[in-house]
Amino acid sequence: MKGILSISAAALSGVALIGLTSVSPAQAEDTITAASWGGAYSASQREAYYKPAAKEIDMTVLEDEWGGTLSEIRVQVDTGDYKWTVIDAETGTGLAACDEGLIAELDWDMLGGTDRFLPGSTSDCTVGTIAWATIFAYDGDHFTGDNVPMTLADFYDLEKFPGKRGLYANSPVVNIEFALMADGVPADEVFTYLRENEDEALDRAFAKMDTIKDEVVWWDSGAMAPQLLSDGEVVMTTAWNGRIYNAIVNEGQNFVIVWDGQIIDYDVWMIPMGHPDYDLGMKFIEYASRPEVMARQSQYISYGPTTYAASELINPDILQHLPTAPANLTNAVWSDTIWWADHTEELGERFQVWRSQ
Amino acid sequence: MASTAETDVMMAADGVPLKIKLRRAERMRKIWALGLIAPLFIFIVGGFIVPIISLMTLSVEDPELNEALPRTAEIFSQWDGEGYPSEEAMLVFAEELSTADRGEFGRVSKRLNYDISGFKSMLKATARASDELTLLPADQILQGFIDIDDDWEDQAYWRAIKGASSAYSDYYMLWAVDLKRDGETGEIISVDEGRAVYVEVLIRTIEISFAVTILCFLMGLPIAYLLATLPTAKSNLLLILVLLPFWTSLLVRTTSWLVLLQNEGLVNDLGIWIGLWNEPLELVRNRLGVYIAMTHILLPFMVLPMFSVMKSINPWHMRAAASLGAPGWKAFLKVYMPQCMPGVGAGTLLVFILSLGYYITPALVGGPDDQMISYWIVQNMGRNANWGLGAALSLILLVLTMVMFFIYNRFVGIDNLKVN
Repeated sequence: MKGILSISAAALSGVALIGLTSVSPAQAEDTITAASWGGAYSASQREAYYKPAAKEIDMTVLEDEWGGTLSEIRVQVDTGDYKWTVIDAETGTGLAACDEGLIAELDWDMLGGTDRFLPGSTSDCTVGTIAWATIFAYDGDHFTGDNVPMTLADFYDLEKFPGKRGLYANSPVVNIEFALMADGVPADEVFTYLRENEDEALDRAFAKMDTIKDEVVWWDSGAMAPQLLSDGEVVMTTAWNGRIYNAIVNEGQNFVIVWDGQIIDYDVWMIPMGHPDYDLGMKFIEYASRPEVMARQSQYISYGPTTYAASELINPDILQHLPTAPANLTNAVWSDTIWWADHTEELGERFQVWRSQ
Repeated sequence: MASTAETDVMMAADGVPLKIKLRRAERMRKIWALGLIAPLFIFIVGGFIVPIISLMTLSVEDPELNEALPRTAEIFSQWDGEGYPSEEAMLVFAEELSTADRGEFGRVSKRLNYDISGFKSMLKATARASDELTLLPADQILQGFIDIDDDWEDQAYWRAIKGASSAYSDYYMLWAVDLKRDGETGEIISVDEGRAVYVEVLIRTIEISFAVTILCFLMGLPIAYLLATLPTAKSNLLLILVLLPFWTSLLVRTTSWLVLLQNEGLVNDLGIWIGLWNEPLELVRNRLGVYIAMTHILLPFMVLPMFSVMKSINPWHMRAAASLGAPGWKAFLKVYMPQCMPGVGAGTLLVFILSLGYYITPALVGGPDDQMISYWIVQNMGRNANWGLGAALSLILLVLTMVMFFIYNRFVGIDNLKVN
């Protein structure tokens, strides 16, 4: 999702900022405004949800773009002057907004309960709309034949696969989990370990990262990761899956995504607290969560649906590129955003200090 | 009497005393003059002085607890920090937690989490159960807290609340130099090793600025000398070459260095092709890259002031020294260089001060351990939304710059500064 964030930042000057763009010329009964990230991601939502909504549920969806910060929602809730009916946010933002009472609880009866959604994609106030992943990728021209990296342990193995590694600079999120898995912690135990033996787990993660620290080139925007790979600055890098997919499909790069140990996170829908059109917002979210509707979005962008039923409807050609494809899920981690919400600041500081030492 | 007064005073044509008339005209001119500089004045005050001062005050403010839980802040500030706070204080704390605005509560828990990580979620759990806490009899209230979370038994948490209770504190200023107040004794001590970074960053900032200044001086001196001694037609051409990068965007120049110096960049490819080295050298994303790029970018600031001073030095002085028997190097050192000093001083000061605040160049061509103080200001102001710490670091940078200026003024004299 962060990949899209930077696209939208780049597009700030573009059409997206003009604000409310009517999607459907047909004047439907119900009109709502959906806030999202702009760029290719908003385009995929337009095709998958907004345009069909006019015909299928008689609803006009207007679009707006936002920066993903709580203050943008707080202003609307405090003044009662609502711009947005539904908002597409990152999971962590959704949890924080729920804690601070900025968004309303969802009507889970209407959504058919939480069980039909993938694990961790729901909370009282939020429901997942896409699944995106942090993976690692290598240059298929650099490593060939049988001697290619297959696991996170290989990513950390400088003897077997010499060369620079790319890691995300701005946050310890994912870096910690990857280091633990590379050090032998099974994917499904990473967060249990962090919760139960926090100090030991963190020391171990930082010690593991120490082993490759001298060989790390840090990337700090989504586009930089594939750039480092294609420039030959690194031989492998962690990255957001959509970015690597984009480089493979649209730029013809010979990159290979390694799904082992991929960490899956979600984008979620939410409704501002006290919105007079709460019912319309719920109507839209219910519509967007229908399997056949949700399954459309993957045709336009390589992010996966968040319901089991929608996953089954996706064309196999597309499915293989999604984080949620069964073959890619064999050793996947679902990010524990609640644990991270408690630790982002403290570990963020420790991580930055560690990086600079 | 009235008639004599009238005859003493010179009158203008319309019967108004000339003195008053003149004064009015003078006043009008003054208002005009003030009106002309008013836009600049308002711009400097409004766009420079006020924001800087208001930002700097953030570094000594600590307002979160006071704003969100005012009665708690009041009563905790009276507690001496021994043992546990009074039951009354705990009750006030519980009451305010149960009624706190969620947004303000979020900011308090973030602030307290700086002191002890994990405080945030503990406070959240406590706030959720605070309605029941307020119903407890006074002698059971501490136990009530402990029942919610064992950590409330640890006095450090209570002292952290006391520590955040005053509206103004040295909390962020100390943090910016890797210090903190000991919760128990109130003495100033070092922070844990894992958090200590800012003193090192400060030293690194001075170190990089110093090295860049020296490099600029060593490279700039011959260029400036050449410019000053060549015939005007040739020196003008060279001057344009010096100025050309000056007119190019800083970002473009920095990124170009990245392209030139990276592993598969032009320099490495050329070196390997010629056979000077076999493996790509690491020229960028380290200190070397920072020195190369910053020296290149700041070189004109060194060359130009030196050139303008050298240009004004009378060439006969050197010839006079030679005719009196001084060898070339001695004449240069004893006669030429002293006359250059105002230019050298201006150049070094300019380069050094500009270097201190460098952000984008080290961020692009440096590694994580080459980042200067500005990087950490940006980190704290932006990503971490920790404005107090960001402001404290900015204050340090500002003071550092002013100290450099003072030292320079002391030894070279600001009157001798010649920029052009």
